Amino acid sequence: MEVSSSNLDSTRVLQVRGRLDHSHAKEFETALAPHLLACTPTGSPLVLDFSGVVYISSVGLRVLLLAAKQVKAQQGLIAIAALTPIVTEVFQVSHFNLVLAVYPNVAAAAAGLGT
Amino acid sequence: MKLRCWGTRGSIPVSLTAPDVRAKIVRALEGAQGRNLSHPGAIAAYVDSLGFDVAGTFGGHSSCVQIETGGSEHFILDLGTGVRPLGAHMLARYGAAVPQTYHVFLSHLHWDHIMGLPFFTPVYIPGNRIVVHSCHPHAEAALRRQQAEPSFPVRFEQFSAAFEFDTVTPGQAFEVDGTRVIAHAQRHAGDSYGWRFERAGKSAVYSTDSEHRLEDEDERAGFIAFFRDADVVVFDAMYSLADAISVKADWGHSSNIVGVELCQAARVGRLVLFHHEPAYSDTQIANVLQETRRFEQITRDGHVLEVLSAWDGLELTL
Repeated sequence: MEVSSSNLDSTRVLQVRGRLDHSHAKEFETALAPHLLACTPTGSPLVLDFSGVVYISSVGLRVLLLAAKQVKAQQGLIAIAALTPIVTEVFQVSHFNLVLAVYPNVAAAAAGLGT
Repeated sequence: MKLRCWGTRGSIPVSLTAPDVRAKIVRALEGAQGRNLSHPGAIAAYVDSLGFDVAGTFGGHSSCVQIETGGSEHFILDLGTGVRPLGAHMLARYGAAVPQTYHVFLSHLHWDHIMGLPFFTPVYIPGNRIVVHSCHPHAEAALRRQQAEPSFPVRFEQFSAAFEFDTVTPGQAFEVDGTRVIAHAQRHAGDSYGWRFERAGKSAVYSTDSEHRLEDEDERAGFIAFFRDADVVVFDAMYSLADAISVKADWGHSSNIVGVELCQAARVGRLVLFHHEPAYSDTQIANVLQETRRFEQITRDGHVLEVLSAWDGLELTL
């Protein structure tokens, strides 16, 4: 699992790669933490680019849910973009597509967050 | 070993309504358009081709599962309303004159898991023996209380069968009529317990009313060990994963996703989705089953897990 960051205008984009399963969820949570702290009305909106995520398990989805909760409490903005077909299906079956903002690509996510 | 579901609905019994039945008939008739259904064989074949949510129903009784171990005594898992038709089945099969021994294994004492007892006819037949195995020390008090005024007109003392109460320690295996039994502690309000039964190389696990904390590795490892290589696991899949860990966190239930993940890790043969959300229609339960099968498919790592959805009347031979 790897996470790298870049900026698209005022939006912070995190490129996530690999598997977000029981072996890597904690690592993902740790890598995400500092970016979540900065995701506030005065900080940067956050887009998670999932184009490199090949699989996400329940524990990985839990990390996303906690991230969304934290950002909402901070009144920040977060979205997920570019799900692979497998991850799209996992989102659908788990109903995470109903509770998280998901966009087809990073540009659409940034636009959806109003940045 | 055989497993038979008599009650599969979570939290409260439900029943089909007239609009539900009408909707099924309409769907069946729509599908019949243009078909040659001029003889009974063609009609039967057409009905058999319909989805279970159209031609059948998952049912509405609350939790009750029977295990036929191959021994002479009967195993009943929970006393939800499904135990009423189970009692009728037993009477039809054995009659009232031949005393029977029933072993009841309670997951916990919440109402939907004990409310069928007053209507379990064998309790009114002298000579029957009913042994209640539970990890809850207050099981007897709970069963007596629901018989007491003003909840019910027949007091516990009026039951004619002989009752015994066996308080079990989770994690300590014991033997009942030649079957190895072990209980496992689960996360639920007031605590609940899963049960594993092993006999002659076959094993069945009943794990309902159990919430799973995804971040707790020790808990996960404990369930994988409890489920390990079971032929079948009956699993609380009441909610979607998103609901189970957000708006319905701490409600004490789990999801289809976690069921698949645990059963895959434990190399289980068959996963039976159980304790269906009472608000779900047959179509919604069928959709959950379809989605869960697809999830199992895309996450398969060499081991094939058969996924089924429990319904009142489902019978599995292990």
